[in-house]
Amino acid sequence: MFDFISFIPRAVMQGVPLMLGCTGETITEKSGNLNLGTAGIMYVGGISGVIGAFLYENAAGTEMNPFLTIAIPLLCCIVGSILMGLIYCFLTVTLRANQNVTGLALTTFGVGLGNFFGGSLIKLVKTDIPSVVLTRTSQAFSRTLPFADRLGWFGKIFLSYSFLAYVAIALALFASFVLNRTRTGLELRSVGENPGTADAAGINVVRYKYLTTCIGSVVSGLGGLYYVMDYASGVWSNNAFGDRGWLAIALVIFTIWRPSVSILASILFGGLYILNVYIPTGTNLAIKEIYKMAPYIVTIVVLVISSMQKKRENQPPAALGLSYFREER
Amino acid sequence: MEEKIPAVMMRDITKRFGSVLANDKCWLNIYRGEVLALLGENGSGKTTLMNMLSGIYFPDEGTISIDGKEVTIADPSDALALGIGMIHQHFKLVDVFTAAQNIVLGLPGKLDLKEASRKIREICERYGFDVDPEQKVFDMSVSQKQTVEIVKVLYRGADILILDEPTAVLTPQETEKLFAVLRNMRDDGKAVVIITHKMHEVESISDRVAILRKGHFTGDMLTKDTNAQEMTNMMVGRPVELNIDRPEPEDSRPRIELKDVTVRDEEGLLKLDHVSFTAMSGEVLGIAGISGCGQKELLEAIAGLQPVEEGSISYIEDDGKHEELIGKDPLDIKKLGVALSFVPEDRLGMGLVGNMDLSDNMMLRSYRNGKGLFTNRKDPHHLAEMMVDFLEIVTPSVETPVRRLSGGNVQKVLVGREISNAPKVLLTAYATRGLDINSSYTIYDLINQQKQRGVAVIYVGEDLDVLLELCDRIVVLCGGKVSGIVDGRKTDKNEVGAMMTKLGGVSE
Repeated sequence: MFDFISFIPRAVMQGVPLMLGCTGETITEKSGNLNLGTAGIMYVGGISGVIGAFLYENAAGTEMNPFLTIAIPLLCCIVGSILMGLIYCFLTVTLRANQNVTGLALTTFGVGLGNFFGGSLIKLVKTDIPSVVLTRTSQAFSRTLPFADRLGWFGKIFLSYSFLAYVAIALALFASFVLNRTRTGLELRSVGENPGTADAAGINVVRYKYLTTCIGSVVSGLGGLYYVMDYASGVWSNNAFGDRGWLAIALVIFTIWRPSVSILASILFGGLYILNVYIPTGTNLAIKEIYKMAPYIVTIVVLVISSMQKKRENQPPAALGLSYFREER
Repeated sequence: MEEKIPAVMMRDITKRFGSVLANDKCWLNIYRGEVLALLGENGSGKTTLMNMLSGIYFPDEGTISIDGKEVTIADPSDALALGIGMIHQHFKLVDVFTAAQNIVLGLPGKLDLKEASRKIREICERYGFDVDPEQKVFDMSVSQKQTVEIVKVLYRGADILILDEPTAVLTPQETEKLFAVLRNMRDDGKAVVIITHKMHEVESISDRVAILRKGHFTGDMLTKDTNAQEMTNMMVGRPVELNIDRPEPEDSRPRIELKDVTVRDEEGLLKLDHVSFTAMSGEVLGIAGISGCGQKELLEAIAGLQPVEEGSISYIEDDGKHEELIGKDPLDIKKLGVALSFVPEDRLGMGLVGNMDLSDNMMLRSYRNGKGLFTNRKDPHHLAEMMVDFLEIVTPSVETPVRRLSGGNVQKVLVGREISNAPKVLLTAYATRGLDINSSYTIYDLINQQKQRGVAVIYVGEDLDVLLELCDRIVVLCGGKVSGIVDGRKTDKNEVGAMMTKLGGVSE
């Protein structure tokens, strides 16, 4: 029998980084910025948090303030992500560089930056295993509701997660509300659909692009932080984050640019990601490898299906990937 | 009358795009309670000048005063705050939004679409518009989109309205409706500026005209004190003949024969219903009809781009041999000498690539020529240069991307290329859509030259006056059926108009 009660929580934990990445990328894309740097930004978000936590753990010794244990990595992650977002905006919005190239460069840069600092930290701790372990910070980040254990399967499936998981869901719902119900959302969508129109209506296109891309970067960056501090139990090793950033970008298309859909979609993807662990494959490792392909195969299928969709409301923002210059003829 | 302060005074306005001087020390006065027609050839800087008023562009030099007070219009929100609203030639609407969402876009305050819809309905009632606030823009016709644009501007309380070629894409009926609204607004004390190329529109709607020529301001005057000839001369800078000559067809023989051609569109709607006619060599065959009556499908069926349900289209060679075109590859049809130039509403949509320069766009027709692996680049380049000269295309060079040219110049490139192809059959639709009067006459001349070369020209047009002056015979379409075929020399506007709206054209 398939063990749903232990599978679902693992799927959710696997899905939360994707959810944050996807929400961040969605709001970025709504402003017309196709930020392929998300993978790098999530990576930088993670390593920034690790650096902050590492410094604080070493400075505080045994007397760790519970508030600062959370606040310092969180703040570091936010600053790191914003800096990445600003680089992207400066290049694509101010200098009107090609968005695809800039995004790809940012991913390469972000992963390199993460591995550089990750490697340096690993050298500092002088262990045999190539990783940094931040157990105490991780404990603070992965603290769950105390009464979750007492509620049986209900508690395990719905209440057994750390605060960042709930923040991720709240952010997705909030993004969805802002996009669809508020004037800010309407204006933001118009910037992504038709910046010329938005501009003629007196909307500051550049400001919207900068702000949403930076906010989107922060949300994505939190995904990286969640991955290290909670999912990976505070263990940073280079390249362990894998291809989650790219899956998050694929999810944006899968959810047809709707953050509210991303909640369930990312949990589904999280489930696919770990499916190979839960399906008994015996000793035949080849079959396991096939199961590991599941998320990617689903991504391809989803891309095919979503490109076949004809409904006008379900299309990407019309000006996605294009830079805007008012006096262009 | 002359003493009143202009609502807008533009003085010594200069604007450059790189090395191109779009406006050079332009002056302009706009008064309240008046409709001002802004005239000029394509690329003479009319749109640029108005864009500076609406904050899209910022002038390099010069001053703008509103009601006598000098102002700075740095971006569109400044213009809106001053009560200036512009309806752009390419609509500034977000396709996936509803009318109401588009109209409230950019306004401050809480988003309350219900209240907005109520206000929109109120404006519609006052001026006689028909807008459904809940309708998505991508579901709208061109004229509905334009109405949304006008309501948008009024919703913001604009009292200086600028309309950039609003009639270029409207049918005559829709144009009349628009003009009634504009007159309402004028009587309401608003200042209205309209850019148009159609002289009879200028005479019917405007109180005053201002004329630009190659970026210079050449003068303004009251409409009632001038006439089409004088205005055209001022626009072009030399006397221009305002007659289309129509040489008698020589040595005419059947070239293209359509028999009972029936075409359905993708949704299964009948677009052409048993259409039969013959196009002769050495004559201009006009196709008249209310827009969307199957003109596009007809030309595409001949060019092999549209599947035909039944009927036959044959190409008749000089020796009388029939060749069936239906089922033939468009490329083979082209090789027979059938050239199609269709100017769509958005101009760039069909036939030209915006990011490529003039000579490369010429090559789109001839890239198969040349030896072996290599294409021949010299001839297209030469052709582009010749066209720039001959059609007076305003461009910095033939290496300029087509996207950067003004609308009318883009069109000259398209039509010029098709004509230069030296075809046996020239299919052309809306060749002068949005073109200024001088360029239009150049195009008519080109068509006549082709006719005298013995080409069978099929000319789809909107302007009945032109059809009647240019065409030897006119096929009138009504709802996909042939309503009648008339002799261009013997018929008149009323007869054709009646046939357009009613099969057979028997009016009471």
